Amino acid sequence: MKNTSPSDSKVGIDWLLKMAWRDGKASGSKLLLFMASMVLGIAAVVAIQSFGATLKDNIVLQSKSLMGSDFKIDGSGPANERVLQIMDSLGGPQAREINFSSMVAFPKNMTSKLAQVRGVEGAFPLYGTLETSPLSAGSTYQNEGAALVDATLMLQLGVQEGDSIKVGALTLPIAGSLNSAPGSSAIFSSIAPPVLIPYRFLEATGLLQTGSRLDYEYYFKAGPSTDLERLSERLEPILEAQDADLDTHLSTSRRLGRRYENFGKFLNLVAFMALLLGCVGIASAINVYIKEKLRSVAVLKCLGASRKQTFLIYLLQITVLGLMGGIIGTGFGLLLQQLFPLLLKGLLPVEVHLYWSAQAIFTGILLGIFMSVLFALYPLMDTLYVSPLQALRVRDDNPEKSGKAALFVSLGIFVFIFLFSYWLLHDWRYSLAFVGGILATFAILAGVARMFMGAIKRFFPHSFGFCARQSLLNLFRPKNQTITLVLAIGVGSFLISTLYFTKDLLLSQATLENSANSPNIILLDIQTGQKDAVAKTIKDNGLPILDDIAIITMRIQKIGESTVDEIRRDTTSKVNNWILNHEFRVTYRDSLIGSESLAEGKWIGKREGAEMVPISVSDNFAEDAKVAIGDNLTFNVQGVLLETTVASIRTVDWSRMQLNFSVVFPTGVLERAPQFRVLTTKAADATVSAGLQRDLVGQFPNVSILDLRQLLTVLEGLLDKISWIINFMAFFSILTGVIVLIGAVRTSKYQRIKESVLLRTLGAKSGQIIKINALEYLYLGLLGSFAGILLSLIGTQILAWTVFDTSFVPSPVPFLVLLPSIVILVVLVGLLNSRSVISSPPLEVLRKEID
Amino acid sequence: MSKILNVHHLEKSYSNGNKKLHVLQDISFDIEEGDTFSIVGPSGSGKTTLLGLCAGLDYPDSGSISLCGTSLEGLSEDGRALLRSRKVGFIFQDFQLLPTLTAIENVAVPLELQGARNAVKRGMELLEKVGLADRFHHYPSQLSGGEQQRVALARAFSNSPAILFADEPTGNLDAETGEKVVKLLFDLNRETGTTLVIVTHDLELAQKTQHILQMKGGRILSNKRTVQ
Repeated sequence: MKNTSPSDSKVGIDWLLKMAWRDGKASGSKLLLFMASMVLGIAAVVAIQSFGATLKDNIVLQSKSLMGSDFKIDGSGPANERVLQIMDSLGGPQAREINFSSMVAFPKNMTSKLAQVRGVEGAFPLYGTLETSPLSAGSTYQNEGAALVDATLMLQLGVQEGDSIKVGALTLPIAGSLNSAPGSSAIFSSIAPPVLIPYRFLEATGLLQTGSRLDYEYYFKAGPSTDLERLSERLEPILEAQDADLDTHLSTSRRLGRRYENFGKFLNLVAFMALLLGCVGIASAINVYIKEKLRSVAVLKCLGASRKQTFLIYLLQITVLGLMGGIIGTGFGLLLQQLFPLLLKGLLPVEVHLYWSAQAIFTGILLGIFMSVLFALYPLMDTLYVSPLQALRVRDDNPEKSGKAALFVSLGIFVFIFLFSYWLLHDWRYSLAFVGGILATFAILAGVARMFMGAIKRFFPHSFGFCARQSLLNLFRPKNQTITLVLAIGVGSFLISTLYFTKDLLLSQATLENSANSPNIILLDIQTGQKDAVAKTIKDNGLPILDDIAIITMRIQKIGESTVDEIRRDTTSKVNNWILNHEFRVTYRDSLIGSESLAEGKWIGKREGAEMVPISVSDNFAEDAKVAIGDNLTFNVQGVLLETTVASIRTVDWSRMQLNFSVVFPTGVLERAPQFRVLTTKAADATVSAGLQRDLVGQFPNVSILDLRQLLTVLEGLLDKISWIINFMAFFSILTGVIVLIGAVRTSKYQRIKESVLLRTLGAKSGQIIKINALEYLYLGLLGSFAGILLSLIGTQILAWTVFDTSFVPSPVPFLVLLPSIVILVVLVGLLNSRSVISSPPLEVLRKEID
Repeated sequence: MSKILNVHHLEKSYSNGNKKLHVLQDISFDIEEGDTFSIVGPSGSGKTTLLGLCAGLDYPDSGSISLCGTSLEGLSEDGRALLRSRKVGFIFQDFQLLPTLTAIENVAVPLELQGARNAVKRGMELLEKVGLADRFHHYPSQLSGGEQQRVALARAFSNSPAILFADEPTGNLDAETGEKVVKLLFDLNRETGTTLVIVTHDLELAQKTQHILQMKGGRILSNKRTVQ
């Protein structure tokens, strides 16, 4: 007897494609929802990817006009001889600038505001333009000896062209409003708006004093053959040794690009969540779809089709649908991208000229295929294991899958999600945490659904009325979609409420200090001689002095026995660069403050005797400077060397809105060093604050006033804007959730119809059937959304305790608005999909729906 | 004439919890090429299980089956599928047409599985032969029960099978339609010389075959040649 080998099969890919097409075209409407589940997620990912790439390229293209030059040399003091020599060897700067934060006043309406004063000379900007109104003001203000003032500031304070501005002791006419200037970022401008004045008037302001925080910048245009990267590599170490720095337009654009990339990464994750939610929809839709196809598969096997062939027919179907979903999603994403410049208005550093990124298009299409195949694979495996015997005697039980294959598929899904998040985040720990978080969220929600079903089974409320009992029983019907529905509703609710709670958490961090008896006005740059007079002015305004902090600027000269120069040259040194280059603002006091706690060593508040000065450093300083308790540090305090030893290490909560320090000296050391003071007070409202500011600016033009309330308003505005964008992206998750919901409801429609028809035949009224259906969706909506919101609240609270070391009062919005909205949506979607059951006679329904 | 189906000491049981249910016990019989053969017996006698085993749809606990000269023992699932594709036709009680394929597509599938180039043309000829020339592009849901079974007949004969298994072919049809389908079945059988194995309750239908295998409780009661 001979045995026939399966390789004798003559069927090729064309027949498989033909069968996939024949079967697919008759199942179109069922598969449409499957495709829709992924379209929005892909659209969101593609839109962000493509916009991110566009923005990055735009930043690179406009990097010169962003900086205003090819490169610049800057420092916190005037260039010394060595730096001047270097600048001369580079052909000399074409423009220079000194900038600092200071109060400016507008005599017209007696208002004042903290501003970024930029004294500019030469052909600045060398690239790009000063966008002013009137247009000519940008080119004439230098000759006219006038100022250009930030347009928003002028609008806020009702100041116009021709009015005057007072900067320190100097009063200048305003030549026009400044819409944008190279070197001034939109976000920083909202805290300290830019004011441009001619360089030659800087001295007359009286603000260029020792202790003032000044930035000296020299702008250069490079020759066509200059290799900026090499120039930077060559000069950077030399300039660093002279406390100066070289920035090229390339490095600036890279830095800026990275900053926006981080925000993009976050948005990408939000979009990825939408995509994953869609995958739940894919898995659920394919699961039911394949279950319906198993009998056809058994028949095909009876007719001689092999396991592989039947599997491939449906795999091809899913792949083609994934490809189509990918293409549609990508197209939609590219259109969506056009909206981004509008959504991000005010947050972007450059004017963005949009194009379509090939990588994003490729990613979108591949995502469509990968996601659909991967998430369909598990239910698809049923086709491999279904017995042809089912064509003869239909068995309702699921075919047994191979445990190994199932594990392989689960592993594939996990690896794919991990790799995709790694591709987005470029950090395996974050990616692992993200995947872990997702798995935990999904597992908890699925667990909640299972527990709920288990609890109902165990404690079934037999005393309930017929409709309530029937609707509860529906949750266990064969092919029920309870877990899928709870997952879809739960993940959607989780996402939106997390956004709300996180925003609450961030804002509470900022407002917490404001609500307690802590300062809300900080007065900076007070000269030692001015201290008493400033304090008197504060008291005259009926306000208390809350803090009087001395600030002394210094640099590190030596760490241990090695000088800063030696450490810079030592290629094995792990000391962070900022420690070596930073001008530290240091204070002295005898006790710890609220934002500090002792981590190591012993706090010494007062220096006794002539031993080495015992100082306290923050934990991040110790980490970056590689110092421990007992190590020696030598500081250069404006020319005088001061040897110290690390006596304690503090943990500092930098997020608290108060003055924190990396280095704190004990009392009895720095009292005579050149220093300026910081005073803080608390004003009850904006009027009192404005009155104080007016008095102070008039008498002490060099004193900068930071009104924390204004800062909070800016911060709130910024958070609002950002959360709006995040909400916009989360909206895709919600829409996907709705589609998954519709999909899940539709897939259980046949079962539901059979039950409803049976009930109607037995005499149930439409009202009762509506009630049963509505109650079932009400349970699902309540369970899913409540679990999602609660999970999000717990997650955010844990984040608050562990990361922010605080607790927060959650916004009631998720509970009061989100929960009922989602429940209503679920009930509506459910009832709309059951319309045909209610409005038609039983027999007609059976014929129409089952045929 | 040579044997197209040889069944030797076949045993089959199913486990139901701790209980073992013997569905088939010591079943042996042969079928000659070109014969018409019916398997009859009450519900639960093991007829359909036997049919499934003979067609290679299931695996026996012991015993052997040789189908069209090929031993099913040790033949893989795909090897059995290939054998069915080339040598076996099927008719089911509930028609089992693929619901997403039109009548002509359903008939063409077995031929396409063999890689035949003229599958649709041959399918049309067969549908014309069963009187469904005007129903080529109808989906199963658009056809009556009788029409569906006629499409199933056309499909069963489309690959010119050496042996055709029919499981209660008239079980879901009214008497009149059933009679028409049976006539068509035997006409096609005569025309093609296919061996016909029918599982049925209907003794009248069984009398139309050359052999009747009577079963009860998983055992053979009798295996007789009918008087034609």
